[in-house]
Amino acid sequence: MKIYYKGAKEISGPLLVMRRIPGAAYDEVVDITDGSGGARRGRIVSLDGDHTVIEVFEGTGGMDLSGTSAALVGRPASLPLTKELLGRTMNGAGVPVDGMGEIVSSVERDINGEPINPVSRTYPQNYICTGISSIDVLMTLIRGQKLPIFSGSGMSHNELAVQIARQARITGDDGAKFCIVFAAMGIKRDVADYFRKSFEEAGVVSRTVTFLNLSSDPIVERILTPRCALTAAEYLAFEENMHVLVIMTDMTSYAEALREISSLKGEIPGRKGFPGYLYSDLASLYERAGIVKGSAGSVTQLPILTMPGDDITHPIPDLTAYITEGQIVLDRELEAAGVYPPCSALMSLSRLMKDGIGDRFTREDHAAISAQAFACCAKVAEVRSLAAVIGEDELSESDRGYLRFGREFERRFLTQRKDEARTIGESLDLLWDIVSTLPRESLNRIEDKYLDRYYRGK
Amino acid sequence: MTVSKIKGINGPVVTADSEGLFVSETVRVGKMRLLGEVIALSGDDATVQVYEETGGLTLGEEVVGEGEPMSITLGPGILDNIFDGVGRPLRDLEAAEGRFIGRGSSVPSLDENKKREYTVTAKVGDRLGEGDVFATVPETPSLLHKCMVPPGVSGVVTEAVPDGEYTVRDVLVKIRAADGSIRELTAAQRWPIRKRRPVRRYLPPTEPLVTGQRVIDSLFPVAKGGTAAIPGGFGTGKTMTQHQLAKWCDADVIIYVGCGERGNEMTGVLTEFSELIDPRTKRPMTERTCLIANTSNMPVAAREASVYTGITLAEYYRDMGYDVAVMADSTSRWAEALREISGRLEEMPAEEGYPAYLPSRLAEFYERAGAAETLGGDRGSVTLIGAVSPQGSDFSEPVTQNTKRFVRCFWALDKSLAWARHYPAINWTDSYSEYRGELDPWFREHVGPRFGEYVSRIAGILASEQSLEQIVKLIGDDVLPDDQKLILLVAGTIRNGFLQQNAYHAVDTFVPLEKQMRMMETILCLYDECAAVIAKAVPVSRIAATGIFDSVSRMKYEIGNDDAAAFDAVKRKIDAAVAAAEA
Repeated sequence: MKIYYKGAKEISGPLLVMRRIPGAAYDEVVDITDGSGGARRGRIVSLDGDHTVIEVFEGTGGMDLSGTSAALVGRPASLPLTKELLGRTMNGAGVPVDGMGEIVSSVERDINGEPINPVSRTYPQNYICTGISSIDVLMTLIRGQKLPIFSGSGMSHNELAVQIARQARITGDDGAKFCIVFAAMGIKRDVADYFRKSFEEAGVVSRTVTFLNLSSDPIVERILTPRCALTAAEYLAFEENMHVLVIMTDMTSYAEALREISSLKGEIPGRKGFPGYLYSDLASLYERAGIVKGSAGSVTQLPILTMPGDDITHPIPDLTAYITEGQIVLDRELEAAGVYPPCSALMSLSRLMKDGIGDRFTREDHAAISAQAFACCAKVAEVRSLAAVIGEDELSESDRGYLRFGREFERRFLTQRKDEARTIGESLDLLWDIVSTLPRESLNRIEDKYLDRYYRGK
Repeated sequence: MTVSKIKGINGPVVTADSEGLFVSETVRVGKMRLLGEVIALSGDDATVQVYEETGGLTLGEEVVGEGEPMSITLGPGILDNIFDGVGRPLRDLEAAEGRFIGRGSSVPSLDENKKREYTVTAKVGDRLGEGDVFATVPETPSLLHKCMVPPGVSGVVTEAVPDGEYTVRDVLVKIRAADGSIRELTAAQRWPIRKRRPVRRYLPPTEPLVTGQRVIDSLFPVAKGGTAAIPGGFGTGKTMTQHQLAKWCDADVIIYVGCGERGNEMTGVLTEFSELIDPRTKRPMTERTCLIANTSNMPVAAREASVYTGITLAEYYRDMGYDVAVMADSTSRWAEALREISGRLEEMPAEEGYPAYLPSRLAEFYERAGAAETLGGDRGSVTLIGAVSPQGSDFSEPVTQNTKRFVRCFWALDKSLAWARHYPAINWTDSYSEYRGELDPWFREHVGPRFGEYVSRIAGILASEQSLEQIVKLIGDDVLPDDQKLILLVAGTIRNGFLQQNAYHAVDTFVPLEKQMRMMETILCLYDECAAVIAKAVPVSRIAATGIFDSVSRMKYEIGNDDAAAFDAVKRKIDAAVAAAEA
């Protein structure tokens, strides 16, 4: 028998301040009844002698002070966990919205999760082949990695995420146990539809778990969305031994929801009005990626964020990149030039790549040729800025060679069709083709043994 | 033991009755016995920062004071181990609780049942002062652990056990103090982490910490007992540089503090270090290393404590007379933890939301580094290398600026170098070392009399390049006279062949000082010989066409680390190339 307590003192935004509720625990979930008898849920975010502050998941619209009452549920926000989650669609708080009934399981976990003990982790060392040349060769995605896509409004990050989800292959014999957890936070309805349709077309719906929080949905639910998704992912990876790719979009909406709630709580803002704990909060999500000992599965995260004003120093991309193991940066200039996917070779980075490539995983020459490609791209950028000042005609012959390399690199290597999956071998060979347009002695990042074997120029 | 009750909860900050608690006292909070620390008292309220997640706590639960400030146990078993920010051993925690870190656990930080072979050096009747060694034990095959009389304790030995196998709980020696009281000494002692361990006196830095990284050792050296900061935006290689230093620097003990960093990265350090062999002791690197892992998703208050835990461990080994290096990665996460807690306490923020006491906390921390004459009369040092992660890669932000005031060595990492995959991406214009003058006599004596001169000339060429680059950016390099073109070419060789260093290359990852000097000498020889023939109106393009500049760049890979003779061959190549250009 639940006891409902009256005594709402203040309602502001998603926050409901009640008089003290005896026995209330920090972070506990409460059931709320509003004046008209409607049921809502919330969780306790602050406690002191006189007040209990509750975040209402569905928002407080329509609630009044006198009619509102709240009852303790006796546990933190949690999610029932089972393999049956695959193929299902939930809202941001983990409640099914696909009309296929409730999810029943004896396993139910706190959506906040617990930190993985660093000594219980297995260092991620095998790659995921995405079939996209730029990613596979230059910013290789590793199982258990968290590698965000930094994009801007109106760019092709959604297409890229879908293509990765569709094409991603785990090399080796356990390729079958691959699944996707998709968390949508504050995205537009048609974007959500695009994802749903693409997953259907690719026939991956039966191995996808979806958590949807659209831009019109309550912001408190948006805070729960990634936590629900990651709790599901951890269960599938560590208990059901699956390789889980978690796509979270859009992290910018998530962080803005966090800021909105923080400012309503009257907290002292840090940079750009975001709460001082934005780093810790983002880390509590991103760090839930990896491989743990004793499980065959892995959680790989592909968060997508749109950089406000394309500004990579904005707190959201900045703090994200400090936590994640690299980043894939989409470049508006490349996008405008018709390059898809517009991955910037210079600004993108995969920190775990060094241990997941080479003869054991991809090919012996991978490290050398990718290092050379980065160096060449840096040189291309330098030459282009020089050419912008003195004109292309004034450049030396070797500089013009770099301009040619840059064009070929963008047209042939970066660009590929949205349904084109290249093998790692094809991608590497293609890069060698293009690098071989440069004179051999200028390739100072590659050892002779690889040049002898792969260099195709004169 | 004081017991009080919870009055309020806001994230990691809990308010309780203040009765009987003192500031900085360790407390256990609630039924789950979460670890916390009293950070402020005001009237009836005590503010407690809790080192674990506070979800599930209710008002009225007990807060129990433990009667001592936040302390850790120091003794054999620290090395080759990995702790969280408050000194709990993560391996034992895994054994006790599984793969995820639960709450309220109290695993002792040192294995209390492990027996080690002690040699008890104190004899009955000996007079022992604070810091004197009374027993030794090989903690790992690489390091002899010295059991010392704790600071503030002294007296005459009344009992001493014979050599043999003991645990850290066994009493090894009893001493009678001047007031007649008997004090039992075990191999372990407690020390509050926020308190500096005393020394007899601090000594000026005179010896470099040799890291084998050319840009650091030659251009911006840090002294043993010095302080250095590595600021850099994400992806510029802070962590990579810290790893290289932890692997190769010539300290006896390495304390690596992963403060609010990535879990996978800590696992990477664990696996990699256990496979690496220390070139000096020929033993696994882990035997001289202690890791403190407080990853970014572990509780924020423990992150704040982790740097103090690290520096306290370092001071303890310094007191044994060892050279210790502390890598703190990253101090910005620590500063952010301060900010986060300060925000929860509703303190008035100063710059960018950071508390006004940020500079004094940073100063206190960096001041715990230093070379010192220990209480026991040995010489030891703590070198402190802190990574800084400036928000938005903007070095004018408060943590970078304030750190700069308290460190004497600044290795500025540069995004554009990192993008060009020039690693270590230490920018030679923005970086500095205040130790260069103080260390010059050492380099003169131990490496070569002209070492300092070479360094100045190399720095000079890089500086000239910098100013020439301005012109080249505007009008291209064709218009430069040949002697200036030569500067660009030689600077290119310095950048590619000397400053850039490949951490994944077996030879290049660690380069002894001798080879560093010979490399500089060779590059300068190239410059001088070319300059001489250019003065005779030989076009620089003809020298460049011989490929000698690239050829000299490759000596970092082609010449073994103790193959000094090979440099003569390079010199002959230079002679030949210049002669060919002149002919």
